[in-house]
Amino acid sequence: MTIANATISLEQATEHGLSEEEYANILEILDREPSLTELGIFSSMWSEHCSYKSSKKWLKTLPTEGPQVIQGPGENAGVVDIGDGQAVVFKIESHNHPSFIEPYQGAATGVGGILRDVFTMGARPIANLNALRFGDPAHPKTRHLVSGVVAGIGGYGNCIGVPTVAGEVNFHAAYNGNILVNAMTVGLAPADRIFYSAAAGAGNPVIYVGAKTGRDGIHGATMASAEFNEDAEEKRPTVQVGDPFTEKLLLEACLELMAEDAIIAIQDMGAAGLTSSSVEMAGKGGLGMELDLDAVPVREEAMTAYEIMLSESQERMLMVLKPEAEAKARAIFERWGLDFAIIGRLTTTGRLVINKEGATQADIPIDPMVDQSPEYDRPWEAAPLPAVVDAASVPAPTSLSEALATLMASPDLASRRWIWEQYDHLIMNDTIVRPGGDAAVVRVRDTEKALAMTVDCTPRYCLAHPETGGAQAVVEAWRNLTATGATPLALTNNMNFGNPERPRIMGQFVGCIAGMRAAAAHLDFPVVSGNVSLYNETDGEAILPTPVIGGVGVLTDVSKHATLALKAAGEAIILIGETVGWLGQSLYLREIEGREEGAPPPIDLDTEKANGAFVRGLIQGGKISASHDLSDGGLAVAVAEMALASRGLGAILDIPGDIPGNKPPHAFLFGEDQARYVVTAGDGEAILSEARDAGVPARVIGRTSDDGLLTLLGSDAISLDMLRSGHEGWLPDYMRGA
Amino acid sequence: MKSAIIVFPGTNRERDMALALEQSSGVEPTLVWYTDSELPKVDLIVVPGGFAYGDYLRAGAMASRAPAMRAVVERAENGTAVLGVCNGFQVLTEIGLLPGALMRNAALKFICRNLDLRVETTDTVFTSGYAKGQCLSIPVAHNDGNYYADDATLDRLEGEDRVAFRYVDIEGRTTDVGNPNGSARSIAGVLSENRRVLGFMPHPENATDPALGGVDGKPLFSALVEALS
Repeated sequence: MTIANATISLEQATEHGLSEEEYANILEILDREPSLTELGIFSSMWSEHCSYKSSKKWLKTLPTEGPQVIQGPGENAGVVDIGDGQAVVFKIESHNHPSFIEPYQGAATGVGGILRDVFTMGARPIANLNALRFGDPAHPKTRHLVSGVVAGIGGYGNCIGVPTVAGEVNFHAAYNGNILVNAMTVGLAPADRIFYSAAAGAGNPVIYVGAKTGRDGIHGATMASAEFNEDAEEKRPTVQVGDPFTEKLLLEACLELMAEDAIIAIQDMGAAGLTSSSVEMAGKGGLGMELDLDAVPVREEAMTAYEIMLSESQERMLMVLKPEAEAKARAIFERWGLDFAIIGRLTTTGRLVINKEGATQADIPIDPMVDQSPEYDRPWEAAPLPAVVDAASVPAPTSLSEALATLMASPDLASRRWIWEQYDHLIMNDTIVRPGGDAAVVRVRDTEKALAMTVDCTPRYCLAHPETGGAQAVVEAWRNLTATGATPLALTNNMNFGNPERPRIMGQFVGCIAGMRAAAAHLDFPVVSGNVSLYNETDGEAILPTPVIGGVGVLTDVSKHATLALKAAGEAIILIGETVGWLGQSLYLREIEGREEGAPPPIDLDTEKANGAFVRGLIQGGKISASHDLSDGGLAVAVAEMALASRGLGAILDIPGDIPGNKPPHAFLFGEDQARYVVTAGDGEAILSEARDAGVPARVIGRTSDDGLLTLLGSDAISLDMLRSGHEGWLPDYMRGA
Repeated sequence: MKSAIIVFPGTNRERDMALALEQSSGVEPTLVWYTDSELPKVDLIVVPGGFAYGDYLRAGAMASRAPAMRAVVERAENGTAVLGVCNGFQVLTEIGLLPGALMRNAALKFICRNLDLRVETTDTVFTSGYAKGQCLSIPVAHNDGNYYADDATLDRLEGEDRVAFRYVDIEGRTTDVGNPNGSARSIAGVLSENRRVLGFMPHPENATDPALGGVDGKPLFSALVEALS
């Protein structure tokens, strides 16, 4: 067999990000030197981004099963049963490296990629979410990155017409050189009509649909598998360019074809483009594939086999059709003005054969390439649990209400309205709970049901103690769903970390996974899809460990959902859960005292489960008027958010005299103890009595008012207008002129 | 009331519009693909929101050249009611059924939120369900909603009572605060000379269900049903 350009050196292999050992393995698999195209294919497939070589060992330990799970990790997205023959399909994915280099296109194509993952499976996307991390607001690049990322997410989602309903944003200096852009899509599909990627039927044609292939994004997967240095800007050509208009056409054409009995297998071209999609389809089907690259629709002249195979041009799909369905499929795609080309066929050889201009450019046995992809058990160091910060040692603020005002206007707690008003969050006419609450609630058309969805992570907890932080991310997502009245169903995770070759970073990964595993298993909240982004480091400075959890829950009766806004004056404000005043790693400690230290609040999974079930029961029973999860900033921040979301209502808090351990009032108000909710009800005593019966700690801590004030302690009150102006003002003021 | 919704490549609010029309009229609207040069016999034609042709070149510019739009112009000239919402409003100005143009929002950012509007005339099939001066809260979702026309045109529109809606502040006054996209004279909706064509930037179809936070768009649809059935 002759292979074009088979003269590759070890040096070229290392330039492709392969280790000496990995290159030796390639020589053994091929039993000869690879061609340049083959080297490109191997290096992409074996990149950290595509092969999960550092993370696989640990990801396998996560709970992925449950009676509700139709499809767990390993496909384009997870699939979960929501009853009535319907399924929710969802996944989260990072686009971190490209978004730092080119924020608009990086973020836009992140949204485009995750949308494709979901509609490839036969689901119509019904909502987008995003979890964003930026550097210190004072860093000179931060404003530009926020502006570009938000515009990119909006530009793509608004145009394709899928509402962006929820998200989270943090700022921290650890992200100065590596921002995080994690995008999640949630879709709906008939449970018995899910589409998978495993090809079948030797001889069947392989069909390319969508946009044409250009030179953009070549080696994006490899770029996303390395650290940045001062040359990051030079990587701009590896960033893909998105076209949401073409994706809208592709979405409609695919869903139209999926309604016919035509598709055997379908796979979107994401990271590593045609390479990974062809390997994925043939490999899962236990078949071979022969591709004729001269038939691939291209938009640039003289593209080589190497470039076509590694291009990450967007809005493309690979399909295997039932032979008799070809004419019908072609008509659909042509009606939508999209390319439709037969570019190859399935074979029984088990090999990926790439032909171009009459020559074989690559001939690789697929199973060995997939099975022998590297898997590392990287050395790791466990992070010790830091000393617990004694709340009594944390000075009291001069004024509790001033401390609250400072927190509410701090970068991590200020309103995100400036962001979500740039996202169309209403299109499709199903957004029941808009952005700004614990979780968005999106109605399932023609049913009584709705889906609740959220993204969460508290990276400072993960840095302090990865295992606690990993568990906390899961329980917070679970609580946010619960606070709307939803029953949490399953989660998707986006593991964002630094360089796994450093034992300390690998230890963060291993610790976070351990925490997530315990929490997900205990709460029956399995992992159904996910994504790993490593090497988020610049010049040796790693990001905070950021294992983002995207959670989805179901409400069987949408009329029984709760929101956080206070509803009426004179109602009891009830705190559910135990408060000991945990100030270690709290936002209070960081923003008021300038200290980032201590052990994060501990997680008790039994308590989480019991308190959550109790609150969910209250909501579903129509017994409370508002509900809010407690997280960053603790009780005072939660109550302030509930008041600000209302139509001019306030609150008067009575801090009890018997705070456990004689903790000071600021620990009670700003401590970040877990497993807590604030709810309101006309009859507080009735709720307390139910709580006693359920064995759940609950106490009335105040009442709602109509005086436009938030009273924290005695005469220490602040006007809601003042709180609002700081809370709503910070982000627009910061972004002014960006 | 029978209605048709024109669908271009990139249109994305046709489902929202279809839902609102079906709920108010009880009749499922016909979706008309942009290449169709024949329209069904209907009482109302809607050009819905979205990003026809990705808003490439200029919002609404390419869609206005579609075969279906030639048929829409013909029907409009014969008196059929035509409603253009958001991107549809942009298409109707591009094709000349309505005067003026929609430019990039003054702050150069997409805006999605409920805005306060004031009903300026009830003398149309679209607005007869409101009271003159009534204030409404209806969402917008657009990049290019900044209405522009020269002063002579604006004077004429006002003189002929062809301004259907204005953006206002919470007190019902036309102010800069109440007019976030920067529209000339705070104009949110304009009528054709025969008052049978309305271009409207906000999305009444997204304000027809109490579960979604408001029903101020509903009277627009019920008025159409009443007038056109």
